[in-house]
Amino acid sequence: MSMTPRQKARISQGIQIGVFALVILLVVFLANWPLIIDSFFRFDKIGGMFPEVILTGLKNTLFYTLTSFAFGLILGLILALMKTASFAPYRWLATTYIEFFRGIPAILVLVAFGLGMPLAFGTQWPQWVNVTVALGLSSAAYIAETLRAGLQAVPKGQMEAARSLGMPHWRAMITIVIPQAFKIVLPPLTNEFILLTKDTSLAYILGMMITQYELTSFGRNGITEYGAGMTPLIVAGALYLVVTLPLSFLARWFEKRSSQVSRPRKAAKSLTPSAGTTQEA
Amino acid sequence: MSQPLQTAAAGVHIAGLRKAYGDNEVLKGISLDVSPGEVVCLIGPSGSGKSTLLRCINLLEQPNDGIIEVGGYAVTDPDVDVDQMRRHVGMVFQQFNLFPHLTVLGNCTVSQVKVLKRPKAEAESIARAELESVGLGHLAHRYPGELSGGQQQRVAIARALSMNPSLMLFDEPTSALDPETVGDVLAIMRKLAQAGMTMVVVTHEMGFAKEVADKVVFMDGGVVVEQGPAAAVIGNPQEARTKDFLRRVLDPNHVVVEED
Repeated sequence: MSMTPRQKARISQGIQIGVFALVILLVVFLANWPLIIDSFFRFDKIGGMFPEVILTGLKNTLFYTLTSFAFGLILGLILALMKTASFAPYRWLATTYIEFFRGIPAILVLVAFGLGMPLAFGTQWPQWVNVTVALGLSSAAYIAETLRAGLQAVPKGQMEAARSLGMPHWRAMITIVIPQAFKIVLPPLTNEFILLTKDTSLAYILGMMITQYELTSFGRNGITEYGAGMTPLIVAGALYLVVTLPLSFLARWFEKRSSQVSRPRKAAKSLTPSAGTTQEA
Repeated sequence: MSQPLQTAAAGVHIAGLRKAYGDNEVLKGISLDVSPGEVVCLIGPSGSGKSTLLRCINLLEQPNDGIIEVGGYAVTDPDVDVDQMRRHVGMVFQQFNLFPHLTVLGNCTVSQVKVLKRPKAEAESIARAELESVGLGHLAHRYPGELSGGQQQRVAIARALSMNPSLMLFDEPTSALDPETVGDVLAIMRKLAQAGMTMVVVTHEMGFAKEVADKVVFMDGGVVVEQGPAAAVIGNPQEARTKDFLRRVLDPNHVVVEED
């Protein structure tokens, strides 16, 4: 006796629903709900976190993210240009930098920079500078690779056409290649920004004054302060999502838009596949 | 180049040109003269070095040896200002290579403004005039992605002409086009030839070469096999390789292998 494809599909679907329901039921009945609520969801006790958690914590998180992203973007662009340069030592230098900083955890860079630099050189920079530079150094490696991929995704013919019109190399880069590369890298760059937003939580390792606390420091501090268990961490987590979720949607929107641009609105029917599609991809 | 080209139409003098990629010698000592206002068509089988020769003239490829002079100035001189030279040499590509992030008008003005430092209004009126002359004035505010291949190639010609070049290079300008749009592009090139522009054209359009070219150069294996008036080279070829190539291209029953 054999089953029809439809019967098979129905049984497979039934099994999936059953497993899902079982997991839900196990969680609902086996978890110690009073304890969980007492440890994570005592929102009634943490009124004291507001408004500082937003005015100071969220503000500092955004500030550290923006400054280190700006620093990382500039350094990353320089590295990307070095990596695509014709002068070989530039390429070696950029590759070494990128491989080094991609290979070590950001927290090590933070410690080495924030604690090591004052020891080694007696620098007395404000803490936010340490955070900005250390996270910027680290994210520049990722940003550089993203930008390099974007620059190389612009077809070679674009540079050739620009040069044929008498543009010097730098002019062709600025006016023709980089604007096209920018559209390509916008979605992955938004993702870098999201990663960096979360990486600012590492700043706590340097030890900070309360006015310098970012969200995670605020949350950690709140654990001992309010007697609400881990609830302050839940608040911090929710505030991260307030920042990162819209950015995720933004990245997806950029992606959708750039894939629409690559398909001409009015079908260019007389393009061979090698002609238009590669040029505008 | 110490000073800009003065002539309206420049001649080209090429002598002993060699180009190799590693061990692969693509151009094996090419010599070729193009008089001002002359139209020269380069024909030959795939891999014969026609496109490389063309790309050497505006130094998109760096020759290994030999002399190239455009309008009397040696572009192969190591001290030459390549960007200065290229202002006077228009190039049209097989794949159009329009800038997709700029409008049609923007494509035709960007280099006028950024390189020649023309005021925007002047650049736009020149660009509009060139677009009108290729019959696309009405598409000035469209983006290249909205145009057909034939239209894109005509914009590419207008873009090159907006720089007032004294020499135009065409690298298989109709090879990527649908058959029904080839005619539009060839008509514009014919008009340009009649206006006295010096043109070097790599092409497979034997009809165009026969009708428009003052001189046809047949290349094979990195050397010039035969050159002369179009009627002679295409109508009455002397060399066996030329005869063989033309038979393959012109015989409708023979499978034509498209280049590149």
